[in-house]
Amino acid sequence: MSAKAVSSGNTLAVSRRSKRSLANSKWPVLILFLPPALLLFTVLVILPMGEAAWYSFYNWNGYGSPTQWVGWRNYQLIFRNSAFTQALINNGLIVLASLCVQVPLALWLATMISSRIKGALFFRLIFFLPYVLADVAAGMIWRFVYDGDFGLVAGISQFIGVEPPFWLADRDLAMYAILGVVVWKYFGFHMMLFIAGLQAIDKSVLEAADIDGATGFQKFRLVTLPLLGSTVRLSVFFAVVGSLQLFDMIMPLTGGGPSNSTQTMVTFLYNFGVTRMQVGFGSAVGVVLFVICVTLAFSYKRVFMRND
Amino acid sequence: MTEISTAQPIDAASAPTSGQRIRAGTQVYMYVSLIIVAAIVVVPLISTALGGFKTLGELRGNPFGLPTEWQWSNYTDIIVSKRYWLQMSNSLIIALLTVFLTLTFGAMAAFCFAHIRFFGADYLVNYFLIGLMFPAATAILPLYIRIRDLGLIDTYWGVVLPQVAFGMGMSIMLFRNYFRNLPSELFDAAFVDGCGYMRFFWHITLPLSRPIIATVGIISFVGSWNSYIVPLIMLNSESRYPWPLGIMIYRGEFSTEWQLVLAFITLTILPTIIAFFLAQKHIIAGLTAGAVKS
Repeated sequence: MSAKAVSSGNTLAVSRRSKRSLANSKWPVLILFLPPALLLFTVLVILPMGEAAWYSFYNWNGYGSPTQWVGWRNYQLIFRNSAFTQALINNGLIVLASLCVQVPLALWLATMISSRIKGALFFRLIFFLPYVLADVAAGMIWRFVYDGDFGLVAGISQFIGVEPPFWLADRDLAMYAILGVVVWKYFGFHMMLFIAGLQAIDKSVLEAADIDGATGFQKFRLVTLPLLGSTVRLSVFFAVVGSLQLFDMIMPLTGGGPSNSTQTMVTFLYNFGVTRMQVGFGSAVGVVLFVICVTLAFSYKRVFMRND
Repeated sequence: MTEISTAQPIDAASAPTSGQRIRAGTQVYMYVSLIIVAAIVVVPLISTALGGFKTLGELRGNPFGLPTEWQWSNYTDIIVSKRYWLQMSNSLIIALLTVFLTLTFGAMAAFCFAHIRFFGADYLVNYFLIGLMFPAATAILPLYIRIRDLGLIDTYWGVVLPQVAFGMGMSIMLFRNYFRNLPSELFDAAFVDGCGYMRFFWHITLPLSRPIIATVGIISFVGSWNSYIVPLIMLNSESRYPWPLGIMIYRGEFSTEWQLVLAFITLTILPTIIAFFLAQKHIIAGLTAGAVKS
């Protein structure tokens, strides 16, 4: 039922007298109910974003008022910075890992859990557990897992009888170790998306396929999978958004190191803008991130409006 | 009217994708796969909890197994320490304030958008939608300067208010969609009886909105309880740190003593795990449905 239908229904049913009193009582409500949200949102979300755009053209340490206009220089510095390029690549890697590992894994588990199998609820519970843990806690736990002296990796290496690796200290491998943690923490959430997607599939379509003599795999490939298209897009969208925000988990694991090999957009903003109190430079990074996020939000809308 | 049941749990067990019975071979394959994945999820968590009971020396030789001698003091020292309870209560205060304001301000604004027609309403809704498009990190430096100029640095409010502001888009969207789908007959009947908007909000809308209040509440509580970047930027005094910041500080202090860090992590995530197992249906449904619908 759409909003228009609801409100026109109301107008018809309400008598003229009460309509007038309604119109009179409408302003006190608006004046009382709207400002808290509006004020807070404007002052702490919209204005800071606007200010970020403004500050990004200055060289400023955050004290006094910004006076040293530098034009587009902060943006030039960002795109020339190899750590930022690495951050962009890493954000891309996270999305890629989601596409190639997380989506198939989540879909595979979702089909198993949605089938009539005992203990499905238990497994669903376990798989979702990492998602409710704080990113910081997950990062710290995996720092222990990856530790070559005291951690689980050390234990496994001893068992096999090889020298323990120090993945988080290796600039070529650290990012892949982090991708593992990202998948560990988020696959349960994506699995839930697919379980919901599978439930939405019309059972009669699958029954029709049964009658036509389709095998289980054929049913999956030719019926289920095409009908899950929107869920796959949703899952990928969440992975992209999540990758753009990834910060909390990186800090306990590597803090962006070794030698900037595990920076993401936000750790870059933090390490180069916040800790050095370079407000102009940091704001410019924020603006770049903002542009990416907004572009993404709109393209998401277009992709979804077109097909659903 | 399916929209009303947003917070109903997604029941996996009762919705088989096919009516056929599963063959025994397939079943074995499924259980083996599920158990392997479950082990990958659980082993790091259990090893962390067990590691907290070991000595550092034993951790080096035996990170997986049970401790030969249970070092209860690793845990009890933390439980009796002031810092653990201080961090937990800081997190709780910040989360409760965040949830309360996100619910109140969000529901109030959403009520206007759902039931009152006024000039510019559509534009205003879209204005709040902007908040859904980017994370707080984007504007974190200007946000810091604003909070500093407001004199709120190193206070709970300096963390709570930005969190509420960035949660407003989600809250308003979820509430508005829910309010709009409440049966319109209620609305008509109430207004014919001379009930004003205020009373309608308090006595009819809110009591009917428990599921969506739970959903928004869970999303903002979990978000705030786990949040790291906003408190990291806004707080200076360790006495006000919530637990995710506390873990980082603790790890910095005891970097050579993994067993203590592991005990500390275990104790800090324990409330989350207990709450999750107690209210799993609501938490899973709330976090999943909430994310999809906003």
